[in-house]
Amino acid sequence: MSMQTRPDSDFNPADLGQQSNRAWDRVFMWLLFISLAIGIITLVVLLVYVVTKGWPRLDLGLITNMPSIRNPEQSGVQSALMGSIWVIGFTAIIALPIGILAAIYLEEFSKQGGRFQRLVEVNIQNLAAVPSIVYGILGLAVFARALALGQSVITASLTLALLILPVIIISTREALRAVPRNIRDGSLALGATEWQTAYRQTLPAATPGIATGVILSLSRAIGEAAPLLLLGAVTFVTFNPDGMLSGYTTLPIQIFNWTKEPREEFQVLAAAAIVLLLVILLAMNFVAIWIRNRTQRRW
Amino acid sequence: MNELDASIRIAESLSETRHEVSIDIPNPVFTLNGVSVYYGEYEAIRDVSLDIAQGEITAFIGPSGCGKSTLLRSFNRMNDLIVGARITGRLAYHGTDLYGPEVDPIEVRRRIGMVFQKPNVFPKSIYDNVAYGPRVNKTKGNLDDLVEESLTRAALWDEVKDNLKKSAYALSGGQQQRLVIARCIAVRPEVILMDEPCASLDPIATAKIEDLMHELAGDYTIVIVTHNMQQAARVSDRTAFFTAEVDDAGERHGRLIEYGPTRQLFSAPVDQRTEDYISGRFG
Amino acid sequence: MTIAAPQINEDELRRSLRQMSPRRGEAIMRAILVVAASVSILTTVGIVLSIVIPSIEFFSEVPVWDFLTGTVWTPLFANGEFGVLPLVSGTLMITAIATVVAIPLGLGAAIYLSEYASMRVRKVLKPTLEVLAGIPTVVFGFFALEFLTRVVLVRFFPSIDIFNALSAGLIMGIMIIPTVASLSEDAMSAVPSGLRDGSYALGASKRQTATDVVIPAALSGIVAAFVLGISRAIGETMIVTIAAGLEPRLSFNPLEGMQTMTSYIAAAGAGDLATGSMEYKSIFAVALLLFIITFAMNMISIRLVRRYRQVYQ
Repeated sequence: MSMQTRPDSDFNPADLGQQSNRAWDRVFMWLLFISLAIGIITLVVLLVYVVTKGWPRLDLGLITNMPSIRNPEQSGVQSALMGSIWVIGFTAIIALPIGILAAIYLEEFSKQGGRFQRLVEVNIQNLAAVPSIVYGILGLAVFARALALGQSVITASLTLALLILPVIIISTREALRAVPRNIRDGSLALGATEWQTAYRQTLPAATPGIATGVILSLSRAIGEAAPLLLLGAVTFVTFNPDGMLSGYTTLPIQIFNWTKEPREEFQVLAAAAIVLLLVILLAMNFVAIWIRNRTQRRW
Repeated sequence: MNELDASIRIAESLSETRHEVSIDIPNPVFTLNGVSVYYGEYEAIRDVSLDIAQGEITAFIGPSGCGKSTLLRSFNRMNDLIVGARITGRLAYHGTDLYGPEVDPIEVRRRIGMVFQKPNVFPKSIYDNVAYGPRVNKTKGNLDDLVEESLTRAALWDEVKDNLKKSAYALSGGQQQRLVIARCIAVRPEVILMDEPCASLDPIATAKIEDLMHELAGDYTIVIVTHNMQQAARVSDRTAFFTAEVDDAGERHGRLIEYGPTRQLFSAPVDQRTEDYISGRFG
Repeated sequence: MTIAAPQINEDELRRSLRQMSPRRGEAIMRAILVVAASVSILTTVGIVLSIVIPSIEFFSEVPVWDFLTGTVWTPLFANGEFGVLPLVSGTLMITAIATVVAIPLGLGAAIYLSEYASMRVRKVLKPTLEVLAGIPTVVFGFFALEFLTRVVLVRFFPSIDIFNALSAGLIMGIMIIPTVASLSEDAMSAVPSGLRDGSYALGASKRQTATDVVIPAALSGIVAAFVLGISRAIGETMIVTIAAGLEPRLSFNPLEGMQTMTSYIAAAGAGDLATGSMEYKSIFAVALLLFIITFAMNMISIRLVRRYRQVYQ
């Protein structure tokens, strides 16, 4: 190879085309795509499987009948569905105000970068990753036994509220942060106090974002089963809750109970209940996405 | 008041770059003595002493990064909201130290209004934007009348009187900025601070805001920060020229270079740097 | 109809710059907000106290060393043994299987979404991955047992236990893909595009840019995603309770059933235990170990995330 040759004299337009050693690049890209596809294919298989398996029991009786150990064909999830509604209702009543107020404090009031704020922040990040069964231990020791609330709806709600609190706080803070600084400045420059500014300007402007986060966190609570195993939900319940100290079961717990039954009919029933649970969660997700898209605001 | 008669004293300290500028202003609204504003360790603007005249329009001009907006934001304690911001020296409002222990920043902001660079209307109706200040301050009286008066004063009433319930976002940029001024007037402040109020507006909207400023002068003391020298020359009675200086440690600090009646500062600047700036040689 | 600015009377003014009203409502609201923010700290304190106090009683009867090194876990027997290693090995085995699935697939999905996918493809695939993250774990457990084990795995491994570590681990791996993928993608998105442009300008391909520039630059965030994903696998309860069985067994054969720390807590806690019994106290001792392990991993992850945020933001 002569070094005297000017480089451009060797230039061949075909060199600008794709080189053969780019083949590995294509393989790499396909491997990446397959990684992503495996998760999604599993999701699709799961959905198809539970729908086909649960199909024979996807009827009105599923919702209107009470659970039964003897008659899987006649068994339904009424008490579990009502239990879930009661538990989640109280969870929302407890967790929403605390979570939103805590987020307002962290985002709008506390000294940014101050010691208390950093302590709370790290604490929340850590709580968000504490295994849910550990919250069950907390609920068992504090709410069920120390506060003598027993194995009741309110024990479950308090426990689930603490479980989703970090998620609500984190998503509410993000929604508040998305409200531009100059809205707050405008309000404060008119002589509004910090709380007036938060309550009258920042909070309303952030409401769609907060609502989205809240719905997603509640949908997490609806599907949660592990902590409730320790809080009495496993007992066989064929009545709807009638108050916050009432006994209860929930949809995920009822599903769990049926997975332990050896007879195939109960697996069909479990699959049907799963479809019902997923439909509820999907509906909540759609509402959340709808709120997010409908109110997307250009500042 | 004869501006040209106002006496100007320039005391040059030993350092070549330091000028201490002061003008005798009777009964000033603001009196600054050696005011510096810091963000954390960084001194954004250093050692400013000047008086702001009542009922006049005072313009702060200078290249970007000279600390003029920072200084303006310390007039109504908006810098309190920025973590790490602090002020040294004395900034008095009618003789009361604005940063004194007894002074409440919220009361300060009710006295001293502010208009921002971008028209920051609230995501509410036009009416609710104007009514916001009186509502949070629990002002007594008829709110409808106050809203109408304020919008009239801001030369916006005729354009919006039929659409008061419409979202403020439906307005044009210039209308939004006049709405922000109306919102500010509704709190009945004595001073209106304007931080580059026309920076995001087209020339026609800018002209309307400038007309409005002339209308409001006299009743209100206005301090305006602007990049635009022509604007300062058109609207203001007095002009303060700031620039950024680099100190021995290589850090930039805003400094007040020259302050005087606008006509005089533009026609016969005392300092070479002012002359360079207004003649377009830098900045 | 004009509003004249109020004439300023010096004395009146001096008064008015002071706080005019006590603003009691403001003070009350601020106090309420502080209390709300403190609830999360009380939660942590509550968790620690409710685990540690019964654990102290437990360890007064079972030496810590015997607990940590014992290989037999028989809490139900009259003279029960409390060696936690079978539960730890079960946890580690299932977590290892889940990790082998989730780390390559999660990272691959993240690289694809961050570096390759067009805006339109991202807009569809990312929410789909989020749906996967939103599936309740009890559903994954059911799927692992009824579909993966009974329909699929029995064909390949006829000798497999109906309750086994393999199916629980595989499905758990799928479950934590979204965690690994979305946190890794956050880290990769935070890499300034200037670094990518620099690489492309030198003639590097997309693959070379991804593996030689973006991944090293985002490494601390990616490792944080791995750590958090593994921590989630260790703490996951329902999949293992349903699909991996409830037999504490010190074994390294994934085709056998195993009990994990979490499934022990769930199974033992679901019964109506007498408060003073050793079995009741053992739940808390296992929970303490679980909490310490996941807490340490979470803190490592939080530190790593903070590191990459400091570099690029």
